[in-house]
Amino acid sequence: MRREAPKSVADYTPLFFPALMLIVFFVVPFSTMIAVSFFKRNPAGFYTPDFVFDNYARFLSVFFGGVLGFSLMLAVLVAVCCVAIAFPFTYLLTRRPRRVQTLWLVGLLSVLSLSEVIIGFAWSTLFSRTAGITNLFVAIGLMDKPVALLPTFGAVLTGMVYQALPYTILVLYPALVRLDPTLLEAARTLGASPVRAFFNVVAPALRNTIVATLIMVFVFALGSYLLPQILGRPQHWTLSVLITDQAIYQSNMPFAAAMAVFLVLISLALVGMTLLVGRKENAL
Amino acid sequence: MTETWLRRFYFGLVALFLAAPLIVVAGVSVNEKQDLAFPPVGFSLAWYGQIFTDPEWRLALIHSVTLAVCSAAIAVAVALPLAWFLWRRIAPWANIFQVLGLAPFILPPVITALGFLSFWATVGLFGQFFTAIISHAIFFVTLPLVTLSLGFASIDRSLVEAAATMGADDRTVLKTVVLPLILPYLVSGYAFAFVLSLNEYIVAYMTIGFTTETLPIKIFNALRYGYTPTMASVSVFFVAVAALVFGAIARFGDIRRLLGAMSSDGN
Repeated sequence: MRREAPKSVADYTPLFFPALMLIVFFVVPFSTMIAVSFFKRNPAGFYTPDFVFDNYARFLSVFFGGVLGFSLMLAVLVAVCCVAIAFPFTYLLTRRPRRVQTLWLVGLLSVLSLSEVIIGFAWSTLFSRTAGITNLFVAIGLMDKPVALLPTFGAVLTGMVYQALPYTILVLYPALVRLDPTLLEAARTLGASPVRAFFNVVAPALRNTIVATLIMVFVFALGSYLLPQILGRPQHWTLSVLITDQAIYQSNMPFAAAMAVFLVLISLALVGMTLLVGRKENAL
Repeated sequence: MTETWLRRFYFGLVALFLAAPLIVVAGVSVNEKQDLAFPPVGFSLAWYGQIFTDPEWRLALIHSVTLAVCSAAIAVAVALPLAWFLWRRIAPWANIFQVLGLAPFILPPVITALGFLSFWATVGLFGQFFTAIISHAIFFVTLPLVTLSLGFASIDRSLVEAAATMGADDRTVLKTVVLPLILPYLVSGYAFAFVLSLNEYIVAYMTIGFTTETLPIKIFNALRYGYTPTMASVSVFFVAVAALVFGAIARFGDIRRLLGAMSSDGN
């Protein structure tokens, strides 16, 4: 059956239900949020309809600038760490037999699907004084007594790298598994060591993939809303945490919505960049 | 030789990093007394029993499972006709719905959650359980949409054409040829949405968090108001469910293909 253009209205019937659902429950909520970002806060209820820029004006404060700067810095750091660990790993994984690959993929998916709550809980236990890793160090004589490793910046970073690492590997996987093996064989035949072939042939050939992955992991890390809260101090809070906090605990929906709109714009700009990078790669 | 050892060492490090927190949680979950000691003091599986016997945890479990079962079903119901239409028809503008289907998953989750919060609050249904089901269905529609699109792309069009030449109409072709072929993709799409919905926190919290507790919400509340080893046993339970589901997908389907390895005959 060849693909054909719809001829009658009846041909469009399959589209009705999905279109209706996506418009009513995604486009409308999204627009509502944008509208709310211009509303006025009503301390008694949620908000009162209005058209003010107050919520956006609040961005122009030192506090908000600090949070934004920290969020971006943290997301960049997470993206760089993840790609640095995941790229060689994924490359080596794609050279393994299928069974090994499948086993790892199942494990990675299981970790990836874990709730941020559980990841936060698990790491807070691992870093705690009573049940933490330092107890192990004490047992083997590296330390005198167990200490708490949180709340610290290192704990936040570790937790977020943990959360984003399976994602990074799964984003890199298709590009690396489809990599032409003759490329590497040629390098090896010409006398390059495997390590050299990896750095001089594989990595440059996938430069655009690496850039696109960095951006995707960056956006993913920007979305982390609980880990900075569970593993860090208030100064380690990111934009996502702040949005949740404003929406739920401060009941300031309009301000939360304005920050969310801002976060969408950043994310969209970055996703757009990824698509551009991807297009260039295909053009080559 | 050194290469092999280097590789094993590296794989081992990554495996250790990924497993370490889970090992600690698993250890904590078998403590005999109600404290989070590691290595565990004594051995008891009572905290696993607690998930099913303690009324609060059991209620949260029921909420979570109901939410995941229903929302994954709706997600598939939305994704299937859409993916089928996009495969069957040439209608470039309809791709906008594909983009809409992918968007909730690409954007930071807080944004989608906040969108739902403002929407349900505005229409006055805030806090009702079904709002979370619909919200999750839309939030996770991406997964069945991606697996089903892959499934349709893998269908040999000449098979369908043969059926049509022999007089089968669209409906018959769909029922007898297309659906059986994409069934594995449909099941994996459902399974992905199910597992992620089970684990999802922020959308559930912003829609029904004030009235109902799902397991992730319950764990978070327990984090703030006092630890119990039950949190650890629930976490282990979650890991086990995810591993089981993805293991089953790998066993009965081709997980490498689902994750983007181009052909199923490997490299």
